[in-house]
Amino acid sequence: MAHIDLGNDFPGIRGPMAFSPKTAQPMNDFANALLATDEGLSKGERELIGAYVSSLNDCHFCQSIHGAVANHYLGDESTFEAVKCDLPTAPVSEKMRALLSIAASVQKGGKQVTIEQIETARKEGATDRDIHDAVLIAAAFCMFNRYVDGLATWAPADPDFYRHRAQKVAELGYRSEPESGYFPPQ
Amino acid sequence: MPHIELSPELPGIRSLAAYRPDTGKPLYELAQVLLRGGDSPLSEAERELIAAYVSYLNQCTFCYSSHAAAARFLFKQDAELVDLALNDLENAPLSDKLKALLRIAAKVQQDARSVSPEEVETARSFGANDRDIHDTVLIAATFCMFNRYVDGLATNTPAANELGIWATMGERMGTIGYVPPSPTK
Repeated sequence: MAHIDLGNDFPGIRGPMAFSPKTAQPMNDFANALLATDEGLSKGERELIGAYVSSLNDCHFCQSIHGAVANHYLGDESTFEAVKCDLPTAPVSEKMRALLSIAASVQKGGKQVTIEQIETARKEGATDRDIHDAVLIAAAFCMFNRYVDGLATWAPADPDFYRHRAQKVAELGYRSEPESGYFPPQ
Repeated sequence: MPHIELSPELPGIRSLAAYRPDTGKPLYELAQVLLRGGDSPLSEAERELIAAYVSYLNQCTFCYSSHAAAARFLFKQDAELVDLALNDLENAPLSDKLKALLRIAAKVQQDARSVSPEEVETARSFGANDRDIHDTVLIAATFCMFNRYVDGLATNTPAANELGIWATMGERMGTIGYVPPSPTK
């Protein structure tokens, strides 16, 4: 049960976002600007970073939905699981492996990112913009995950729920609606 | 030196919002509504103290120094409360309600899953309502983002003991609030 009376039964972040639409609006605008673009990193790569950081934070709702969105964009049902289980051998580009490693350091704390990690990412072709976005996505999920779990929101167990949601997110983006919060209504 | 090329004239989060204004704009809007919005039962000074406390726990010099300065400015004659709380929360002369909320914020900073129903009940017994608890959790969560963003890219930060610089920044934050800088290019 959630720590506060949210006044709705929406799962995950949708619950507190419907409770607090005035903060939900900029959070959704931010999520769209950061995640719903293929400029530099693709949408699938961005969602993969978000899902990976959510798994490191052990946030069930966020890793399930963003893992499903990442797999949807990447066209492979197993990419997120592979990254989550063993980053060094996962089937991603060397550039993505380097950026995911930076994201893992950001998850522990901003000062954990090393110059060597940045140089490795650059050597694999990462631009300033890629590095910026990887750090900001990792940081953003350290916020989203804490919002979801700090209020003890509920998360559906059924993987099909997240697959279905993932398609909706891909179609419509992250929306802010006073009555429906983070994800569009079914 | 920052990990990426940022304006040398701007410190911390401001250099990042200028670098990428399309994410900077909603981030500043979030800070404004969360820390200055009229819906919260918490005062602006109390909200800034939660932000400073979480940033202190995350050892983010830029966020901790600037938000502590904003909290001192907003607490006015009670400015000393800020440093007493940051140095020793349990013995600081704060209300029981605010102390209970700051303990919840610390749990969110460490591991959000560790916020316990007992801690939430304690905050309620001292008068905290759903909105107080929601805002505390979201402020703590938001600063776990800002702190990582600012330090993860190694942004320019004045030294912690440059008290005059921080006081000027705190006064600006306490008066005009959160207004994004002009884009770099």
